[in-house]
Amino acid sequence: MSDTHAQTVAYVRNEMLPPADPPLRESGAVKWLRENLFSGALNTALTLAALAIIWYALAAIGPWLLNSVWSAGSLAECRAILDGTSGACFSVITDRWHQLLFGFYPPQHYWRPVLTLALLFAALAPVLFPALPRKMMIFSATYPFLAYHLLWGGSVWLPVSAALGFVAGYLAYVILARVSTLVAVFAAILAPVFWWLFAAGPFDQALSSVMPFGLEFVRSDRFGGFLISLIIGISGISLSLPIGIVLALGRQSDMVFIKSVCVIVIEFIRGVPLITLLFTASLLLNYFLPPGTTFDLILRVIIMVTLFASAYMAEVIRGGLAALPKGQYEAADALGLNYWKAQRLIIMPQALKISIPGIVNTFIGLFKDTTLVVFIGLLDPIGLSNAIRADTNWNGIYWELFIFIAALFFIFCFGMSRYSMYLERKLKTDHK
Amino acid sequence: MSSTTDPRAAESAPPKRAFHPSMLLYDQRYRSITIQIFALFLLMLGAAWLIDNVINNLRLLGRTFSFNFLSQSAGYDINQRPIEYNSQMTHGRAALVGFLNTVILAVMGCALATILGVLAGVLRLSKNWIVSRLVTVYVEVFRNIPTLIWILIFGAVMAESMPAPSAFRGDDPASSMIFDAIAITNRGVYVPAILFTTELGVLPLGPVSPSLNWVLVLAVLVAGIFANKVLIDHATRVQNATGIRPKTWWKSLLVLFGPVILIFLALGAHLEYPELRGFNFVGGTHLRNSLLAMWLGLGIYTGAFIAEIVRGGILAISKGQTEAAFALGLQPGKTMRLVILPQALRVIIPPLISQYLNLTKNTSLGLAVGYMDLRSTLGGITINQTGRELEGMLLLMAVYLAISLTISGLMNVYNSRVKLKER
Repeated sequence: MSDTHAQTVAYVRNEMLPPADPPLRESGAVKWLRENLFSGALNTALTLAALAIIWYALAAIGPWLLNSVWSAGSLAECRAILDGTSGACFSVITDRWHQLLFGFYPPQHYWRPVLTLALLFAALAPVLFPALPRKMMIFSATYPFLAYHLLWGGSVWLPVSAALGFVAGYLAYVILARVSTLVAVFAAILAPVFWWLFAAGPFDQALSSVMPFGLEFVRSDRFGGFLISLIIGISGISLSLPIGIVLALGRQSDMVFIKSVCVIVIEFIRGVPLITLLFTASLLLNYFLPPGTTFDLILRVIIMVTLFASAYMAEVIRGGLAALPKGQYEAADALGLNYWKAQRLIIMPQALKISIPGIVNTFIGLFKDTTLVVFIGLLDPIGLSNAIRADTNWNGIYWELFIFIAALFFIFCFGMSRYSMYLERKLKTDHK
Repeated sequence: MSSTTDPRAAESAPPKRAFHPSMLLYDQRYRSITIQIFALFLLMLGAAWLIDNVINNLRLLGRTFSFNFLSQSAGYDINQRPIEYNSQMTHGRAALVGFLNTVILAVMGCALATILGVLAGVLRLSKNWIVSRLVTVYVEVFRNIPTLIWILIFGAVMAESMPAPSAFRGDDPASSMIFDAIAITNRGVYVPAILFTTELGVLPLGPVSPSLNWVLVLAVLVAGIFANKVLIDHATRVQNATGIRPKTWWKSLLVLFGPVILIFLALGAHLEYPELRGFNFVGGTHLRNSLLAMWLGLGIYTGAFIAEIVRGGILAISKGQTEAAFALGLQPGKTMRLVILPQALRVIIPPLISQYLNLTKNTSLGLAVGYMDLRSTLGGITINQTGRELEGMLLLMAVYLAISLTISGLMNVYNSRVKLKER
């Protein structure tokens, strides 16, 4: 049969045809466009509306951005260069760059905040990367006092005497731990308090008069710009996590009194706006301290911002604790671990991992909230933008300053949220 | 323990030992009491120290602690007055006006944020590439920049980029009103106001005396909503009994809007349009720049957060639910309404309420654009004029705390109602 066929048919193809390209409608960009942008009437309408929005936004802002002036000493000069055309005067940024970053910090000391920031990464490294030698933690522990001294200056003995309070607490714990852990914990709480209340001041004064070492003192009202946002933000972030953990554990505790105190503290702080706490720091704190005591406004703000963030942090961590299956607690009990060991080895590592997104969101919120200090007269970037606008040279400039400040905040906050996503993926152990 | 002893008896009768003080430290049963007493001691010490300091400081300043200043004459004006107010009235009245302004802004902001957030959250899940990217840009840009900056930006947009009222004048004006009714100027937005020819007077309710006309309209509206609910319940009963759902949409429309329209007609409601007179617009309702900047700033900022909450809520419902609904033969719209949304809402509502709380607390940023909320009246000018920081701030915190606790209390009630009943 096949023979007949071969003889009767003039031509038989011997080799396979190459596969034909798919139809144009079903391949490449056209297919993608059809599926993602124009798959139906509603979808097409949405696409067109989105394109219109993008077009209008670009048409409104694009030329203004492209036609920008980067070197001019004043708004009048910038407008002269623009010569009636629409354009951005980013020269205000180049002109006031240092002020926006450091505020009125003395220019010859700019190296101090920069060095503090550089050392911050060195101090963070052992916390973020477990592969590094553990001895580096000693530097991380001393960093806060070092940073205080670098930024504010003054006598070197003030941060030293403050740090000795913690040393006193540690020593009291170590000495009494043999008697009873509980007594040691009480002593570790009381010893630093007594040290700071009664011994730290004379110690600082005595040593300062004998050995007056230290960098030049910079008053708090010279601080400003992103320097102040970073100081408040980073201190708040690093302090609010441990305080938040303690509050969350207190709220989960079986002890009625501790639990109710924690609940009241958390609910009170979460119930009032941050700005009222900041006003308390700036207006009311003098009522609550012994007559004649003053202490630094930035420090008060850091305390209030930390308390505020701690309450939110406590709720986030409580969520993590609640999400943990009860079997984990029971397993820890079954292994015979005591409360603190169970928390440290079993509960907290898992609860904190679950709450990473919430924790980072709280951090981001805290960093954004540092802008509120403008209301109590600190010169954060927004406060400085008002100050720059009050200058006759730059009177009437709005958008360029807003864009610059917003862009810097965006970079920080967006970076933090991406890092938390990375961390979440890295720490994910379940195989869903 | 001998093998003959009943293990239960051994459990119920632990070995009795005389109480010894060292058990306060070493025995788990008593240790928590020691810790709590120590904590109580520390707390009382701290509180005593603080109170002692306050008393000393007040004595040194020659001040007393009293709220008498609330009944003194305020002496300052408030530009946005939902209730009658002038500078001769008391600080207490000024605080009330501020409180009402806070509530107005919070309600407007929550409404805008919810609409934007739900829309953006759903659109971000859209299969349309360009739309979902655009919404992602909106969410990320607004979430990662402080709300205070947004408020200031919207304030600057309103004050700097909008035409002055004089631009509306002349035969060929540079700007014109939208639909001849709404004027957007750099002094605020003017919209038509609803006026009544028949005034029924006011409802005497102490300090707040709402117009009886509006109370009546509101009452009729609420009654309409209630009647509509009865109607729908009836339709559901009929459907359960017969399997056929009676058409209710036109009855619903009639019940909801008919009585309200009748009331409006009976009271002679008409619109008062804003018009340019002299240097400014007169008539209509004037929405000030401060209100608009706060409203847009807070609403659009919070909307970005709500978008993420809505998206997360919808994504949290497993795909099996949709497939099961389709297998039952439900249409996509009904699947959304009857299967997905009721479950997603359970995930969405708690964080949504906490966003409402955040927005309400963020209304305290009004000072940045000069919005006269509670913070600016009681916590600002009143404190500056009377020097009563302590009392003023305590009162301010108490009011915000009351608002927050009320909202979170309502949330807890809702939560316990919709919570999945587990074993």
